[in-house]
Amino acid sequence: MPAPYDLKDDSVVVIIGSGAGGGTLANELAQKGIDVVVLESGARIEHEDFINDEWDSFAQLAWLDHRTTGGGWRVSKDFPNLPAWIVKAVGGTTTHWAGASLRLQEHEFKTHTHYGDVKGANLLDWPITLAELEPYYARAEDKMGVTRTNGIEGLPGNNNFKVFKAGADKLGYKECNTGHMAINSKERDGRMGCQQTGFCFQGCKWGAKWSTLYTEIPKGEDTGRLELRAQSHVLRIEHDKSGKVTSVVYADKDGKVQEQKARIVCVAGNSIESPRLLLNSHSSMFPQGLANSSGQVGKNYMRHTTGSVYAVFEKPVHMYRGTTMAGVIRDEAKHDPSRGFVGGYELETLSLGLPFMAAFLDPGGWGRSFTSALDDYPNMAGMWIVGEDMPQEQNAVKLHKELKDKYGMPIPDVWFTDHANDVAMRNHAYAQGQALYASVGAMRSFPTPPYPSTHNLGTVRMSEKARDGVVNKWGQTHDIKNLFVSDGSQFTTGGAENPTLTIVSLAIRQSEFIAKEMSAKSI
Amino acid sequence: MATLYEDKRGLSRRDVLKSGTIGAALIISGQAVICPEAAWAVESQALKPETMATLIKLARDIYPHDRLADRFYAIAVKGQDQLAQKDAAHKTLVEDGMADLDKRAGAGGYAAIGWEKDRVAILHDIEKTPFFQAVRGDLVVSLYNQKEIWPIFGYEGESYSKGGYINRGFNDLEWL
Repeated sequence: MPAPYDLKDDSVVVIIGSGAGGGTLANELAQKGIDVVVLESGARIEHEDFINDEWDSFAQLAWLDHRTTGGGWRVSKDFPNLPAWIVKAVGGTTTHWAGASLRLQEHEFKTHTHYGDVKGANLLDWPITLAELEPYYARAEDKMGVTRTNGIEGLPGNNNFKVFKAGADKLGYKECNTGHMAINSKERDGRMGCQQTGFCFQGCKWGAKWSTLYTEIPKGEDTGRLELRAQSHVLRIEHDKSGKVTSVVYADKDGKVQEQKARIVCVAGNSIESPRLLLNSHSSMFPQGLANSSGQVGKNYMRHTTGSVYAVFEKPVHMYRGTTMAGVIRDEAKHDPSRGFVGGYELETLSLGLPFMAAFLDPGGWGRSFTSALDDYPNMAGMWIVGEDMPQEQNAVKLHKELKDKYGMPIPDVWFTDHANDVAMRNHAYAQGQALYASVGAMRSFPTPPYPSTHNLGTVRMSEKARDGVVNKWGQTHDIKNLFVSDGSQFTTGGAENPTLTIVSLAIRQSEFIAKEMSAKSI
Repeated sequence: MATLYEDKRGLSRRDVLKSGTIGAALIISGQAVICPEAAWAVESQALKPETMATLIKLARDIYPHDRLADRFYAIAVKGQDQLAQKDAAHKTLVEDGMADLDKRAGAGGYAAIGWEKDRVAILHDIEKTPFFQAVRGDLVVSLYNQKEIWPIFGYEGESYSKGGYINRGFNDLEWL
């Protein structure tokens, strides 16, 4: 039956969210002839309409619905209502992401086995192994056009990378290159190559960077089996007396409440909205929220031990020219407890424009020591730390006790406090980053604190046993067979790698499972 | 009647303008703060013009850039007056904050203190107050988001319409 679908059509798979997880899953299912309705909260903004201006783009694309924060993290002090910088638009955060596409490492699927019991951390092995995910990683890399795979050349190094690489060489790092990037180095898959524009975070106006907005979604729509409804904000998931989910209630673009029946529901709203939705879908049968028999829904929120190092040199760098994150050092990503912490971190090139540098270099900072740094802006180079942070039950997305959104639904309250391991890792990374820049002549360097989280993980995590998590190795909730989770909230642990490639790979794999189960009529 | 605002040493307006190097003097006339040397003016409608003039000085002390002319700070703080027009609580916040600042500064008020470091010492005392946070929090966007200042900081801004940097020096660094 072709799209568009009737609200009462209970044969459809309803996917909530159109980003890396939801968008990929939707296309994969549609290609298999399965009818899919995607409900995306944000608007459909085409890549021609992206804006090469940091604050204007932020207003256009960022998820700005009211959120609150708590816990010891600095983000809560500096940006109390902005726990995360993610996207409210078709394509989800794949519109804004930088394109870094690294596979998780084998030991990162088995952190409890390899790291042991870390006090205060809720470490757990994933119920899948790297070997099981490898075929899907390969398909995702082909789908996304990841450089240094599938015969695709690496991107050329920009000025920021030149400084990074020179410092890497001085420090004796061996694994430094322009990265595995889902950004075309040459034309591929009907999309042109990168023009080194420097506004990756503001959406790629050329379409050179992979985003579900102009790849998965239109390919799925072309099959006639994918209907995407933009500006459709999901409020609740409904279920029947047997505990099966049956429909999704959402507010349409006119604010009118609609209900779409569903055979299967897949939640892919990123790691703050997904658990919020499950919690907000509580009922007399499920007073703790949907799929929450373990109590773990919303918990184990991870954001990677991020943080940046910026440094000032005597001569110009113009780091903002070119691909924002095409540079990586992988040497520190290993697990080497002799450094004083478990897990590892990647170092990646990063740049901000002047407006965002002023806002994020040292949030709240002012006076001459701050402004003298900005005076040297054209001579700045920068890198970002992406490290494995510890899952902790206390770090959680909760429902705010009083505040509600315009539809009357409790808003998310995001709590986070660094674990001692996170702090030790970040401090090590700051020291290495500063040493790297010093080795090539930096006069000053700045250990910049974590931004509002762009990597949000773990809040509906995978587990072998139902009591330890929320979903199984397929992303299927332990409690409800026709309810799935398809975004980064599935991650049992965070690894040291940017999550998007893993999210896409899990979605491809999940689509096969869903199709098989549907054929067998078990869901 | 025009009031010579910044001059507390008995210099005439002509003398101040001629000397140039001490920075542009700001003059208050009616509801406007005027910089005759640089030929700009900013009107304040809700806030007192003296408050607006001190806000300009305060803005520079919060984010001092010697290469940036006063007019950029003036543009940056205009939003305080606009918000004060719409929101009475904000007007009170700013006027009370300013009065407190001038009181802490002693005779002549905040703007009369000659050395930046002495003014900054007072700012450190009030940096946790809602007044300071409101001014600084707005300023970090309203100052640095002015496209006119970007070239002064070597930031080239919008890039797509110029074909990105692939032919405009994305990898032109030669000093390593």
